[in-house]
Amino acid sequence: MKIERKKRLLREMLFARRFEERCYEAYVERNIGGFLHLYPGEEACAHGVLEAADFGKDYVITSYRDHIHAIKWGADPREVMAELYAKETGVSKGRGGSMHIFDVKNRFMGGYALVGAPFPLAAGIAKAIQMQGGEEICICFLGDAANNQGTFHESLNMAKLWNLPVLYVCENNHYGIGTRIDRSTAVVDQYKRVSGYGIPSRQEDGQDVELVYKAATRAIRHVRSGKGPYFLELMTYRYRGHSMSDSNAYRARAEERMWSKRDPVIMLRDRLIEEGKMTREDFKNMDTEILDQIENEVIAFAEESPEPHVSGVERYVLAENDPWVRGGVP
Amino acid sequence: MHEIMYWEAVRRAHDEELANDDMVIVMGEDVGVVGGTYKATLGLYDKYGQERVIDTPISENGFTGLGIGASFLGVRPIIEIMSVNFAWLAMDQLFNTAAKVRYMSGGQLSAPIVVRAPGGTAHQLGSQHSARMEKVFMGIAGLRVVTPSNPRQAYGLLKSAVRCNDPVFINEHELMYNMKGEVPEKEYFHPLEGSEIAREGRDVTLFGYNISVHWCLEAADLLSRNHGIEAEVIDLFALSPLDREGIRNSVTKTHRAIIVEEAEPAVGVGAEVMAILNEECFFELDAAPVRVSALNVPIPYNHALERAVLPDANDVVEAVRKMFGI
Ligand SMILES: Cc1ncc(C[n+]2csc(CCOP(=O)(O)OP(=O)(O)O)c2C)c(N)n1
Ligand SMILES: [Mg+2]
Repeated sequence: MKIERKKRLLREMLFARRFEERCYEAYVERNIGGFLHLYPGEEACAHGVLEAADFGKDYVITSYRDHIHAIKWGADPREVMAELYAKETGVSKGRGGSMHIFDVKNRFMGGYALVGAPFPLAAGIAKAIQMQGGEEICICFLGDAANNQGTFHESLNMAKLWNLPVLYVCENNHYGIGTRIDRSTAVVDQYKRVSGYGIPSRQEDGQDVELVYKAATRAIRHVRSGKGPYFLELMTYRYRGHSMSDSNAYRARAEERMWSKRDPVIMLRDRLIEEGKMTREDFKNMDTEILDQIENEVIAFAEESPEPHVSGVERYVLAENDPWVRGGVP
Repeated sequence: MHEIMYWEAVRRAHDEELANDDMVIVMGEDVGVVGGTYKATLGLYDKYGQERVIDTPISENGFTGLGIGASFLGVRPIIEIMSVNFAWLAMDQLFNTAAKVRYMSGGQLSAPIVVRAPGGTAHQLGSQHSARMEKVFMGIAGLRVVTPSNPRQAYGLLKSAVRCNDPVFINEHELMYNMKGEVPEKEYFHPLEGSEIAREGRDVTLFGYNISVHWCLEAADLLSRNHGIEAEVIDLFALSPLDREGIRNSVTKTHRAIIVEEAEPAVGVGAEVMAILNEECFFELDAAPVRVSALNVPIPYNHALERAVLPDANDVVEAVRKMFGI
């Protein structure tokens, strides 16, 4: 991987880390409400895969753990934070919240809260791409535990049956809330479950962004060349509890320590330092810049933005002024 | 005007909409090679090909979700659920995604899908093939629900539903596919909101929808002939949103209301119309409104028991006689 790209990815992943940590604080300060699912520890998954995708063309869809995927796919971090602050300037106009980040102009097709719901939506987006003759693909990120939903199996079957251009990325962080994967799932290697549908699949280290990028490049080439769906399983770990209401008491400290040694940001930083492309000082400066940016631009924007006006509460339920409701009479 | 059957009307709407827009597709179990369980897509597989008239696996939630995802990019899927009973399996995608995506994205995305399903109780299909589920769909914000009582509506409602930018659920009826009726020869789009006066009258309003409109019309004839009571029959082809104005206007004229529904009474169309009467025109009422509903039991297999569960025209006549004390 080119050095400039590595440096940029490091910056983006560090930004993602700091963004999520700041969300944590804002939640504790009660500036963010509801459910909040954070991404620290898993940054290499979204960044490695989406770095290999075609921005402006490819579609991305995911679950409720969605802030970072949206930002990597072009969403303005200020508007994402404003959404978490429930402001009118938020990406989803304060109607969505943390679990429902949408940025359709960049083809980020949303975060969905029902575990497993995006599987068929992604296949449908791919069906539309296929009908319209485009070269785009749809990339769907979901967790490991989501694979026990019927939609997983229904969607894999249809995706292969109709040869749809969809890449399923399984972010295997080994837990569905507090239930470890071997306690919920008969076959713990997720990539093996896919073979019954005739879909090529691969398991990859999800902590090393370069490896993720490489694996995703191969997967995306497969899908884009018209060969149909692909399934990429990335082995990863989330540092925090499932959401803010999770005490995280079910995990062994030794397990957490083991994963913290394979931190995606630190690993990339150390590699750049080892290669002589960066000093510790450079990294510190980068971090300071990012923290300043988050405070002075992102948080400031969210705090200063107005709340939605209550008079607009009934907008966006149905289409406005649709003539077909009146049988085509304008 | 010419007379065609209800299934032919549905088929004609499919055909015209498939011809009109390449982005219209049909999806469902046996809609392709077979041409639909009730012939709604007969011959369209040959005409438009397997990419647009799509036989799906038996994965209701999966293919409904797939249709929704495709609709995000401008595809207009018409999804047939083989029998409304199976729609329970697609509830997650219908209610959690289709009905809410416009709202929770702040208006960025919408899911302009059509979902059609044969519903109602036919002949001795047993408990799990006889559900009447309109009440379930009509209670969900973000979803339109219509239910055609005749071939003209079946044709025109589907046409408008395909073009409309909202998700629309069309509740058809298994017993009505062979019903004949007049349909305009010229292309026709039926409004998705409102109600129709199926029979004018002055003494009492009978509210029906889908198959119960026909029970109301039959009852109105009997009442006129045998008792000199002129009933007005209002066809509530739109169940969500319900036509508050149409409901108010008729009862302001007749001052009496009976709601006839094929489903169990609880949390149903009758309950909802009564609430609207309370809110819109309580002081116009000369008698407490009454609902004529099915019994609150699953549908039995035995024919006599099955008939005993469901209301019919005689039950409507009885309810009117009781209301008038005759
Ligand atoms: C249909 C459904 N069932 C249950 C839940 C509650 N729930 C939310 S997240 C979650 C665990 C999902 O784990 P996984 O798919 O591995 O994703 P992760 O959170 O680990 O990223 C559960 C059970 C839900 N949101 N939707
Ligand atoms: Mg997980």
